[in-house]
Amino acid sequence: MHYLTDRKRAEGKGASGSGTEHFWGQAISAVGLLILMPLFALTFGSALGMPYEEALAYYQRPFPAIIAAMTLVTAMVHFRHGIQVVIEDYSRGLTKKALVILFTALSYTTLAVGLYGLARIAF
Amino acid sequence: MVQFKLPKNSTIRTGKTWPKPEGASNVRKFQIYRWTPDDGENPRVDTYFVDMDTCGPMVLDALIKIKNEIDPTLTFRRSCREGICGSCAMNIDGINTLACIYGMDEIKGDVKIYPLPHMPVVRDLIPDLTHFYAQHASIMPWLETKTNRPAKEWKQSIEDRKKLDGLYECVMCASCSTACPSYWWNGDRYLGPAALLHAYRWIIDSRDEATGERLDELEDPFKLYRCHTIMNCTKTCPKGLNPAEAIASIKKMMVERQL
Repeated sequence: MHYLTDRKRAEGKGASGSGTEHFWGQAISAVGLLILMPLFALTFGSALGMPYEEALAYYQRPFPAIIAAMTLVTAMVHFRHGIQVVIEDYSRGLTKKALVILFTALSYTTLAVGLYGLARIAF
Repeated sequence: MVQFKLPKNSTIRTGKTWPKPEGASNVRKFQIYRWTPDDGENPRVDTYFVDMDTCGPMVLDALIKIKNEIDPTLTFRRSCREGICGSCAMNIDGINTLACIYGMDEIKGDVKIYPLPHMPVVRDLIPDLTHFYAQHASIMPWLETKTNRPAKEWKQSIEDRKKLDGLYECVMCASCSTACPSYWWNGDRYLGPAALLHAYRWIIDSRDEATGERLDELEDPFKLYRCHTIMNCTKTCPKGLNPAEAIASIKKMMVERQL
């Protein structure tokens, strides 16, 4: 129980001075995915069903490898932005902070593992 | 905080069914949320029957008739009865709207009336709008100037005045904010569509000189960016306004001043 005025409750800790960068980052990555996803589906779809050696050779070519890498980076950046918003929407306090850290780590780990895998195939 | 189930003391129970009016041939059934803090009981839904041949066409007419002729304890806010004061906002047939301008011919079947969703209830159909009003006050809903000239009225071109259309008409009924899931879950920090529509009304006012400060005050992941363009606000607004567009315009201005 706190004897706060209504105005003090409404003001809270004031504006944090951030948010636009997050919003704009998510918008940019969404537009990026709009372009990259069809290209990724096209290149990845072409490799589907290929014999192992042929698929390796296909992903050693620059275009499919670069498209896959760019899609992975953009998707993980978009995921990190998006999941943070979802977590902030539905959780509070320590749980919120822990989940944000967990999913940020998960997105960067996925990104690192994916890029490592692509690099191993390409080089 | 997100809640998918009502707390035990908020679970709604079946209430009293009031007798049908005698000799009436055109009767309509009303199911109305009732709760009082005085008896310690859970909320209930009471059933009333109204003779439509002796009732006005709007939902508010029926509520007033019920209060006058059937149950004087039924409590609700109302004042202007023409969609100007915003007092009689409530959830009618699943839609947040103003009882005074919502015609009963728009409703099929029984008329179900609840208070505005996800707000503390003072009594029956009266929500506690204290925080909602404080949020409105926090966006500085007045013309803010720094220069003292001209010393007479400040002129506005016809084009600049037109920018305020669709914004100044807001009557602060809270239908939009209480229809917004983001406001339900994070209403303590998210300003909500009504306050943000009013914020935009002053941001784009050509005479206002505090545009930067106003944008600074909204630069926050919760105050502004909890809006996920769900657009319930625009769909439900009884005045036909578009708070979602106003919020999108604020976001656009935020990006423009960073790029």
